[in-house]
Amino acid sequence: MDFTLSKEHEMARRLFKEFAENEVKPLAQEVDETEIFPRGTVEKMAKLGFLGIPVPKQYGGQGCDILTYAMCVEELSKVCGTTGVIVSAHTSLCCDPILTYGTEEQKQKYLVPLAKGEKLGAFGLTEPGAGTDAQGQQTKAVLDGDEYVLNGSKIFITNGKEADVYIIFAITGVDVDAKGRSKKRISAFIVEKGTPGFTFGTKEKKMGIRGSSTYELIFTDCRIPKENMLGQEGKGFGIAMHTLDGGRIGIAAQALGLAEGALETTISYVQERKQFGRPIGAFQNTQFQLADMATKTQAAQLMVYKAARAKDTQKVYSVEAAMAKLYAAEVAMEVTTKAVQLHGGYGYTREYDVERMMRDAKITEIYEGTSEVQRMVISGNLLK
Amino acid sequence: MKIVVCVKQVPDTKGGVKFNPDGTLDRAAMLTIMNPDDKAGLEAALRLKDQYGAEVTVVTMGLPKAEEVLREALAMGADKGILVTDRVLGGADTWATSQTLAGAIRNLEYDLIITGRQAIDGDTAQVGPQISEHLGIPVISYAQKIEVEGNSVIVERQYDDRYHVVKAQMPCLITALAELNEARYMTPGGIFDAFKSEITVWGRADLKDVEDSNLGLKGSPTQIAKASDKVRKGKGEKVTLDPSESVDYIVNKLKEKHVI
Repeated sequence: MDFTLSKEHEMARRLFKEFAENEVKPLAQEVDETEIFPRGTVEKMAKLGFLGIPVPKQYGGQGCDILTYAMCVEELSKVCGTTGVIVSAHTSLCCDPILTYGTEEQKQKYLVPLAKGEKLGAFGLTEPGAGTDAQGQQTKAVLDGDEYVLNGSKIFITNGKEADVYIIFAITGVDVDAKGRSKKRISAFIVEKGTPGFTFGTKEKKMGIRGSSTYELIFTDCRIPKENMLGQEGKGFGIAMHTLDGGRIGIAAQALGLAEGALETTISYVQERKQFGRPIGAFQNTQFQLADMATKTQAAQLMVYKAARAKDTQKVYSVEAAMAKLYAAEVAMEVTTKAVQLHGGYGYTREYDVERMMRDAKITEIYEGTSEVQRMVISGNLLK
Repeated sequence: MKIVVCVKQVPDTKGGVKFNPDGTLDRAAMLTIMNPDDKAGLEAALRLKDQYGAEVTVVTMGLPKAEEVLREALAMGADKGILVTDRVLGGADTWATSQTLAGAIRNLEYDLIITGRQAIDGDTAQVGPQISEHLGIPVISYAQKIEVEGNSVIVERQYDDRYHVVKAQMPCLITALAELNEARYMTPGGIFDAFKSEITVWGRADLKDVEDSNLGLKGSPTQIAKASDKVRKGKGEKVTLDPSESVDYIVNKLKEKHVI
């Protein structure tokens, strides 16, 4: 088994690292403080192809693999969790389902500008009453002539108001099985910003990833052309679940980046900060804490890269993605919390990056499937 | 237009400089980068390509590992990479290096040759002008701005306190300053394509109109008496104080050191 990265991947990492250090890091604190979406950074990333890394060149992308994409999210998140999730949600949750399930016309019309970064993507599944229980959807789409009429709302949508293209899930019917139990038939739709009847609700005030635009989407008699249905009618739930498998690799990479960023920052800090006449890095407690943080972070990296590789090479990678996301998210929370502890009082202030990293890390245990959902996916596979 | 850009893979001095026991640089032990002035020269060539259309060929002389710097150039947008590598070329000083590069470039068609002003490992600033001498073409060094007009280039040549605007007919050679521009990033897809591209590898036999006596260590008139790292500043001291306290603190420090 070879754990070394290819020269291509090493060079790609250097690119992402340089970009993150030069273009993203200087803005990270301000983006968090002001909660302003980093539009300028997104435009720079678009120009360099960062918004279409795993999309084939024929659809305007970079034609790279999922590992390269995961490394991009990782390096961005090392310095700014907000920037990491913008790329992750756009790529995994909007580009990927269109690439996988879209018709050639849909790919040309929507995927090409998304992959080129001319447009930004988002994904709307969660509703006030349907989070982990995705079957609890209320948003409906009723066919009327050549159009579906969409009514309902979606909450906690990443890239919410900033996106141009949205993948939206809605109920298009109800099936009753042999035992008389009814099951909602969910379908996926590509919805453009600006469609009459599609408006935005309130912006969420969040604990972390504060520059990320998180909004409620409201659909009131919003008419969507029939040809904007993504995949087959009634197959939306499967599309959503498969899309989230991929999304989890992106979020796992974000969590990994946050852990790595906190670890690097802490390694520097403990060599500078002196107490009792010695750098605090000279104390065994600090050394042992760092050793544990580094070991777990490396384990998370191996799992994230393995999951990315699995998506490149396997048809089904749900378990790898769930394990990577579960572990990386919990490591991110643990490592960033320890990083704050090792920074002491300074770490609790917003002057220091680790404070932001700890707040950013928490969401990775929640969105795109909570840690509990990941455990359900993993154990469900063990006991099937 | 055909542009040849000469680049050098140099040690990344940010990672610290390491020496062999004989005083020469231990290149294998150090991280490497594309020499900053050369990167500016490449960026200038790529901008001319964007503006006027051009074929950009990047040439480097070095160990087989120097291929990396050509891949990077391709990932930024260069069209071809040529690696000149041969044991007999090892130990070259600026004279032997410029002879080697001129011997390689004689095989190529070119309107413009761009090199960096100087490399951060040797800081000589001699190779570019020497190549122009060997090829018998004009040189404009220290370029801070480059424009093309017909078959001429118009270059702002930097001095300490001013610049000269110099016009030269192509073919000619320009040496670029790092300040000339901000080099573009590679693209992810560009990187993967660069590794699929073929790098042309030339050895001694491929060099045109060059005498053996001008190549490698034997062809190098320079004798290195001693090589050393730049003298680094001390670690310094970091204090966090209120503005009023910090003024007193600094003044006291300066008094302690008898500066004031």
